[in-house]
Amino acid sequence: MEDRRKYLKHTAAVIGTRAAAVLLAAAAVFSTSAMAQQKVRIGFVNTFSGPNASIGIDERDGFEIALDHLGRKMGGLEVEMFYEDDQQKPEVGKQGTEKLIQSQKVNFLTGYNWSNVLLASLKPAVDSQTFLISGNAGPSQIAGELCSPYFFSASWQNDQTPMALGEVLNRKAVKSLYIVSPNYAAGKDMAEGVKRTFKGQVVGEEYTRWPGQLDFSAELSKVRAAKPEAVFVFYPGAAGAQFFQQYNQAGLKGQIPLYSVYTTDATTLGQIKELALGTLSTQSWVQDLDNPVSKRFVSDFRKKHKRYPSYYSAQHYDAAMLINSAVVAVKGDLSKKDAMRDAMRKADFPNTRGTFKFNSNHFPVQNFYLQEVVKDTEGNLTMKTVETVFTGHKDLFSGKCSMTW
Amino acid sequence: MRLFVEQCLNGIQFGLLLFLLAAGLTLVFGIMDLVNLAHGSLYMVGAYFAATFARRFDSFVLGLLLALVAALLLGIVLELLVVRRLYPRDHLDHVLATFGLILFFNEGARLVWGVAGLTLPLPPFLSSVVDLFGVPYPAYRLAIITVGLLVAVFLYVLVQHTRVGMLIRAGAANREMVGALGVNIKLLYTIIFGVGACLAGLAGIMAAPILTVQVGMGESILILAFVVIVIGGIGSVRGAFIAALIVGVIDTVGRAYLADGLRLILNAAAASTAAPALSSMLIYLMMAAVLVVRPEGLFPAPGVRR
Repeated sequence: MEDRRKYLKHTAAVIGTRAAAVLLAAAAVFSTSAMAQQKVRIGFVNTFSGPNASIGIDERDGFEIALDHLGRKMGGLEVEMFYEDDQQKPEVGKQGTEKLIQSQKVNFLTGYNWSNVLLASLKPAVDSQTFLISGNAGPSQIAGELCSPYFFSASWQNDQTPMALGEVLNRKAVKSLYIVSPNYAAGKDMAEGVKRTFKGQVVGEEYTRWPGQLDFSAELSKVRAAKPEAVFVFYPGAAGAQFFQQYNQAGLKGQIPLYSVYTTDATTLGQIKELALGTLSTQSWVQDLDNPVSKRFVSDFRKKHKRYPSYYSAQHYDAAMLINSAVVAVKGDLSKKDAMRDAMRKADFPNTRGTFKFNSNHFPVQNFYLQEVVKDTEGNLTMKTVETVFTGHKDLFSGKCSMTW
Repeated sequence: MRLFVEQCLNGIQFGLLLFLLAAGLTLVFGIMDLVNLAHGSLYMVGAYFAATFARRFDSFVLGLLLALVAALLLGIVLELLVVRRLYPRDHLDHVLATFGLILFFNEGARLVWGVAGLTLPLPPFLSSVVDLFGVPYPAYRLAIITVGLLVAVFLYVLVQHTRVGMLIRAGAANREMVGALGVNIKLLYTIIFGVGACLAGLAGIMAAPILTVQVGMGESILILAFVVIVIGGIGSVRGAFIAALIVGVIDTVGRAYLADGLRLILNAAAASTAAPALSSMLIYLMMAAVLVVRPEGLFPAPGVRR
């Protein structure tokens, strides 16, 4: 009897100490994970290799300028950045996104220059309830049926910018248009966008292999044969420089005016050079916009990187500020996702566009401007605002989105 | 009609670019029995050299000439250091070794020139438009056609009317006999490989202003070059010439007119997706047909044993 009691006491003591050890360890783990919560972990998926690496670098630089302005802290917490290269391929971008979510356990995902990469990467983000702030890509599907409470766009919806261009063509009384665009999600959105507002006749539509095709001789021959009044193209990155040079080589430059979106910008003007002077395009942000945030952003960017920022980098500056507004609103407690979402929906953050509101599908409601390529006083090529085309423009797909707030 | 002529010219231009690449490949494969996958890397390095030298000396023509010399030297060095050891081995070893060379060159290019790629801007006299019997055509593409035809003539003269050419033709027919007859086979092989590398470099240089100079640019066009030499006949420069023209015209004209044809039954975006896929399929179907009906190629090198 005595032995049994002693034995029981002994076992209890052992279990007790073991339990205490486990509790202490658990407390340590929880406190270290609470310590790990002391940083805002942001995953950045973009293109850092290949001919369009300059875009990824530009977007990263825009984001980093914002971090500099914030002192690399959001809501008192240090910011930790994780960069992943998508190589402009949807499957690589998706893998990078999954790695950021599962291995680095990021609180926010951003970047995403290409619509096809974004469409592939959206599901892992939404399923893991990680906020994804797109800094560039705006496919119509995510504005419509694929809209999600965890997705925000800091840029635009793909169709909006070409819709503004279609309106410009109407104002210039252009009667016939030839469209050349790459054959992927964004390329099709851009062509559709122009066709929505353009009132004249589309005499030809060519979709080129993307991203492989860089030789446009076949398409340019067709353009010449069709004799349109104007040509509309969408060729982001290196392909844009190639198209412009070949357009000039084919002798079309002086004959048929070339209108574009996302083709002549700060990342490509260095390669297109003087061939781009005078070309018209539409955009939601121009380098000479007259608001204090934009002016400060442009001047600090030029000081740090000795070149003009593009709308790519301006959008990522805004994305960083948007994320910051969410973190500040919850005072660093990143588990309060609904509160962060409400804060982001308010769109109350310093941004380069001047006025910023969100549509019901988390896409911006903003102005669109007509811009022209000019030389500044120092002889550098940059963009100048000609006129405002749309004020407070909403995208067309919010009706298909089931979110209400 | 004018459009058709223009599209044919585009096809011929692309075909001649392919010929520049395929000529070197077929010579190396035919005479030295060496499968050289790194031929595409020589094309890429030629383009990089051209972009670098043109930028450095601010002259397109000077950059072009220097890049040609650099490509020739690179070919010779490569032959002496690496390729020479591969001759006694079988084709699979060639594939493995030259594939390794591709990886080496790709990483090397990335280290030396960075990830972003380069452009090679054209001088004004090549950026203009030329009036060709009422068809306005870009001067630069006409230059490519001219260079391609000149190289074809040069190779014809070299192979048919010079001593070296005679040795090349003999080597393609019977390698061992040529060696037994006391010809310095090692020197011959080095020269042939160097010429092949030079041609590949020239193809890269000519393509550089139209396409961006980037890491891995050689791989996609190398596959087409292999298709060309299979259709044309391995070891035969004449076969490479004709097959390259056929492939180039099918690819370009196919892209242009198939899309229009398909648009009758599909919408524009779907037609534009299907058309390039169909024209690629046509090229590969043609290669398959040649392999079935006439496996030695359309214009095989005379006396070749297979």
